[in-house]
Amino acid sequence: MTDARTEILARVREALAGSAIDIPEPATPRDLAPVVTPDVIDLFAERVADYRAVVERCGVDEVAERVAAALPPGQVVVPPGLSIRVADAVVDDGSLTAAELDRIAAVVTEARVGIAETGTIVLDHTADQGRRAISLVPDTHVCVVREDQVVADVPDAIAVLDPARPQTWISGPSATSDIELDRVEGVHGPRTLHVLVVAGKR
Amino acid sequence: MSGTFVGMPAFPTAAREALADSQLRHNLAHATGTIRAKRARVVAEVEDWEELRLAGAAVKERALLDLDTQLVRLEETLTANGATVHWARDAAEANAIVASIAKAHDAQEVVKVKSMVTQEIGLNEALAADGIAAWETDLAELIVQLGDDLPSHILVPAIHRNRAEIREIFRSRMAAAGRPAPIDLTDEPAVLAAAAREHLREKFLRAKVGVSGANFAVAETGTLVVVESEGNGRMCLTLPEVLVSVVGIEKVVSRWEDLDPLLRLLPRSSTGERMNPYTSTWSGITPGDGPQEVHVVLLDNGRTRALADEVGRQALRCIRCSACLNVCPVYERTGGHAYGSVYPGPIGAILNPLLKGVGHDDQIDSLPYASSLCGACFEVCPVRIDIPSVLVDQRAQVVDAHRGGVPKPEGAAMKGAAYVLGRSRRLSALERLTGLGMRFARRFGPSAWTGARDLPEAPEESFRAWWQRTDGGRKDDA
Repeated sequence: MTDARTEILARVREALAGSAIDIPEPATPRDLAPVVTPDVIDLFAERVADYRAVVERCGVDEVAERVAAALPPGQVVVPPGLSIRVADAVVDDGSLTAAELDRIAAVVTEARVGIAETGTIVLDHTADQGRRAISLVPDTHVCVVREDQVVADVPDAIAVLDPARPQTWISGPSATSDIELDRVEGVHGPRTLHVLVVAGKR
Repeated sequence: MSGTFVGMPAFPTAAREALADSQLRHNLAHATGTIRAKRARVVAEVEDWEELRLAGAAVKERALLDLDTQLVRLEETLTANGATVHWARDAAEANAIVASIAKAHDAQEVVKVKSMVTQEIGLNEALAADGIAAWETDLAELIVQLGDDLPSHILVPAIHRNRAEIREIFRSRMAAAGRPAPIDLTDEPAVLAAAAREHLREKFLRAKVGVSGANFAVAETGTLVVVESEGNGRMCLTLPEVLVSVVGIEKVVSRWEDLDPLLRLLPRSSTGERMNPYTSTWSGITPGDGPQEVHVVLLDNGRTRALADEVGRQALRCIRCSACLNVCPVYERTGGHAYGSVYPGPIGAILNPLLKGVGHDDQIDSLPYASSLCGACFEVCPVRIDIPSVLVDQRAQVVDAHRGGVPKPEGAAMKGAAYVLGRSRRLSALERLTGLGMRFARRFGPSAWTGARDLPEAPEESFRAWWQRTDGGRKDDA
């Protein structure tokens, strides 16, 4: 008996025999927008807020203060490469188990990209964002996005993201529409998403 | 179950039962109406929606027409990223692979992300037979699983249930599956969602093996993508030590950039959102982050059969958004169960016959007829699957498959019509009998047609007889 791989590939070739691949190269139906204007930042803030996330804008000097104010009572975990000082936070060294993370109230991370059109934040889980579990299990996620990280639309984000990295695209807090298609925020992911959009470069 | 619910009657019988359920019709009308309006709003926002559809269709079509190369490439890149790739010809092979991985880790349970393909292959039932519990973690899937029910919609499998019914299921069934529902459970959607969060959290935290499907698989980079809303997907993809993803071979796209049109088309078409709350991508294993053992099962299970059908192969472009269900006048009235498959609605009406072939199962053969051919499904499809054309082609295939032997009434009627219309004399003779025939038919006629329709009143005189008598109206019409 032939193995499954050989047989499936043979079936595919047989099914396609005689079909030419003359489909045109799929073009992205929008030019990339290399220049990000202030309108784009405004749109980003507006669209993130549309998902009932908390959105605040602030200057680079105010970040630490705003982060502290956004945190609920309880323990906070931060990724090892976070550039913002968070008092009394547990710095994740990869040893916290899922059950231990479940007892932590909040996480503070940075982000890789913000997408204005869809109000999406993309994490690629490098050192300033940490491994995937820490931004998932705690119930509050405070996410700091710099204005120079915001792009106009999905194609711009795809162009700058590295597929080799694991990614989490976040558009608002966890939600479901499974009961009569009524949107309810807050199921398994963080029920509170607090986004700080920071002006100026790091 | 292998994609078709066992023992389901053909569509007309199942539809008749569904139509008699007024609660079901109310639930469906409300839900599909809501989602249609949401979709329309966010699609209208996109200036170049039609170009985006063309791009989405082209991305999928290109990968399908080059599928052997793309699959071999995907296997190479996944393997290079540390994943183990398995191939499965059918449901039984895929289920056995998943079960053997779970057993190798002594797992008595797995947590699952909502996945159409694992429903298609009946993975939960197969694992249960091996003593492994598969916990569904999507809210709607949980409702279906706890209620010992069948899914009825691709996106919202419990669309046929209203909040009061869901509350009852949680109250009576949650305790047997783990943490019971709180005593003060109300039927508020937010309260019900919170109960699901509490119930499932202990399962997420202790799970050793996670099972998922994938919305897309990128050949060039060895990346899998799961699109979801609740965060249960992130839990299953991140917390377990071992991750097994069952991926239909049609999920492959060639390049990372190909995700762009698809990630813009899917959420707007599906839940009517600009973007779904969570999309996870992973390329094999990332040291120190997420599962450190990653398996990918590439599944055929009829897909190569569909690929060989030159008209029908476009159905493999489907990204499972369910927009076609929500606009379908037939689905809105009958619901998903009548289609007898995990793939209901217009896409199910073509996909099931394509995956399984026609001519050997009356239930499958009835599906291409479960449509008025109104074309609304094609209009909303984000990857431009021309469902009406495929339905017509499938109908022809069903007819061809039944040639020879005792003709069906429809076949006999067509033969009779061919005989009568073949000679003008035969036609005139029949026309003189029409009035009599109609009166006869009204009394004793075929109920499949007249059961829901009135036969027209036959005119006193046929058009041709009138023309002859009056010379086309030039003589007095006395």
